[in-house]
Amino acid sequence: MTDAFWNTLWTGYVFPGGTILVHILMLVVPLLIAVAYLTLMERKVLAAMSLRMGPNVVGPFGLLQPFADAVKLIFKEPIIPSGANKFLFIAAPCITFILALIAWAVIPVADGWVIADINVGVLYLFAISSLGVYGIIIAGWSSNSRYAFLGALRSSAQMVSYEVSMGFVIITVLLCVGSLNLVDIVEAQKTVWFALPLFPMFVIFFISALAETNRHPFDLPEAEAELVAGYQVEYSSMTFALFFLGEYANMILMSGMTSILFLGGWLPPLDIAPFNWIPGIVWFCLKIFVLLFVFIWVRATVPRYRYDQLMRLGWKVFLPVSLFWVIATAGVLVAFDLLPQGMK
Amino acid sequence: MIIQALAFYLFAAITVASAFMVIASRNPVHSVLFLILAFFNAAGLFVLMGAEFLAMILVIVYVGAVAVLFLFVVMMLDINFVELRQGFLQYLPIGGLVGAILLIELALVLGSWAVAPAAQQVAMDPIPPIEDVTNTHALGAVLYTKYIYLFQGAGLILLVAMIGAIVLTLRSRPGVRRQNIAEQVSRRREDAVAIKKVEPGQGI
Amino acid sequence: MAFLDRSARTIFLWEVLKGLGLTFAYMFKKRATVNYPYEKGPLSPRFRGEHALRRYANGEERCIACKLCEAICPALAITIEAEPREDGSRRTTRYDIDMTKCIYCGFCQEACPVDAIVEGPNFEFATETREELFYDKNKLLANGERWEYEISRNIAADAPYR
Repeated sequence: MTDAFWNTLWTGYVFPGGTILVHILMLVVPLLIAVAYLTLMERKVLAAMSLRMGPNVVGPFGLLQPFADAVKLIFKEPIIPSGANKFLFIAAPCITFILALIAWAVIPVADGWVIADINVGVLYLFAISSLGVYGIIIAGWSSNSRYAFLGALRSSAQMVSYEVSMGFVIITVLLCVGSLNLVDIVEAQKTVWFALPLFPMFVIFFISALAETNRHPFDLPEAEAELVAGYQVEYSSMTFALFFLGEYANMILMSGMTSILFLGGWLPPLDIAPFNWIPGIVWFCLKIFVLLFVFIWVRATVPRYRYDQLMRLGWKVFLPVSLFWVIATAGVLVAFDLLPQGMK
Repeated sequence: MIIQALAFYLFAAITVASAFMVIASRNPVHSVLFLILAFFNAAGLFVLMGAEFLAMILVIVYVGAVAVLFLFVVMMLDINFVELRQGFLQYLPIGGLVGAILLIELALVLGSWAVAPAAQQVAMDPIPPIEDVTNTHALGAVLYTKYIYLFQGAGLILLVAMIGAIVLTLRSRPGVRRQNIAEQVSRRREDAVAIKKVEPGQGI
Repeated sequence: MAFLDRSARTIFLWEVLKGLGLTFAYMFKKRATVNYPYEKGPLSPRFRGEHALRRYANGEERCIACKLCEAICPALAITIEAEPREDGSRRTTRYDIDMTKCIYCGFCQEACPVDAIVEGPNFEFATETREELFYDKNKLLANGERWEYEISRNIAADAPYR
């Protein structure tokens, strides 16, 4: 064991590995705190919109409520149904939670602040979000319960359907950018955010994001009125908490994705004096916050869809409209010679 | 480089092992889940080769969509596998014969495989070099120029398959009440409600 | 024109936006709920809560063991046994109310000729065990002492309407 060996070990493996670990922690810890406070925000906003108080007992204005909930869930007894497939039953919530976290590896939170700046960032995000269905379908199957299974089937059909139109929406954005890199996508919005020229796509993407994260009004997988709690009906304690955390982390992820694709990521609305003094991370967080508020706002407003109407909206409305817009966007870009650099 | 090598052997070993488990496991749902694991590790191998676009497409298309449908079908099936396995050995001689013939043919083909010099040349220098152009770009440049007809043809075949599936399963059932949402939404109060002044003791 | 109007409303999601506007406006309205353990809503003087047996001002119990309440109780929640006291007056030796049976109809207090059994304003008497809800005479008398001020005011407030 010479000094040279230890040197290469340190500079080649330990130091870069440690740096990456620190970067990951710098992203994940605030993310988990954000998830915790998103649950509180959701309860507070919903309460306010239905003229109630919301949680206000634990800590000032109920600010410690998420931690009280976490402690409660950790100390509860995990119950595994006797007919369940034990390994898959425990693996399912882990899959949901892990998928919700690893997608953040490619999200640029500010200029240059990204863990992995890969060429196919959008595809990576799309792939991860399309994997999200596995956590749910495995949970539903391994619980060996009819409610859970029905919920899982509904959810997977729903997620697969809405992914199609989401894919087309992403393609329109890519047509305007000419790159699959998320940093490039944000940089391309320096002049104007894509939410303005592609406004219908923005709306479709956001509604599809609601369906993709199983949020109201598309929360059929867990429709508590008919399926009790859908795929999570047999889950308790920490396994349930992982589902919950995964679902809310997915909400934040989808908001982040929307703001990168359409709302200019970390860019200020106008590149003039008072706006560009504020650092990019603040703008990015602000956009995510606004989108999350809309998520909750929609929940407080719109009643749940019936399942056939949900499928109709996905396949008969969103799919043709987004397909039309892909073609229209491509046509306009070619006709007016607006194709981005590198695509000619 | 050690890490790359380790990652390669890890992905390759898991791919092969899970591919074996696909046919070896008794529960069909486990089979599909192992298949997904195999896809996933194959995607990992693509990434190691620097073909990140193919890796992501593999995950999106096969893992995200195709395998979900497999899983769907397998979960919904209610097959008695004990019954299915009865008389399994009875087919062994003929199955073995077919397998052996296929194996021999494969060996013959591989043994007498001569690669055309032009193809060898193409394989030698990937155009354009990986440092200059992302492989998304390179793939697109080839796929939509040189192989455009083949690409469109593949798309057409898929379309035909889809239309065929729809034609086979579509049946018009009489007496089904369908919802016309536009009609429902455009219904106004004047169309549905009439206010009448009712005289006492007269009825309407 | 009506068709155009309707189509425009559909395409621009007008109804959804209107709904969102409504909920947003509700966010700034006054809360309809109260912060319960610290704030409470008003109670009517006729509110029928936890039962209590009252005493006269000189400390004598009001109940004369006429058993009218036992007779009228639709849920058969009241059990009374009675015998003469040393001074010859008729008193109960046992007065039990099974609070798990009681339906809080208030017939007992209507039937009582001496305003002895009443339903007080207290509704926060949840217990941890079922046995604690089988009230006996001591418990009911203790309730009477505890809630006498509120009960007498409620009866006075309700008196003009009887």
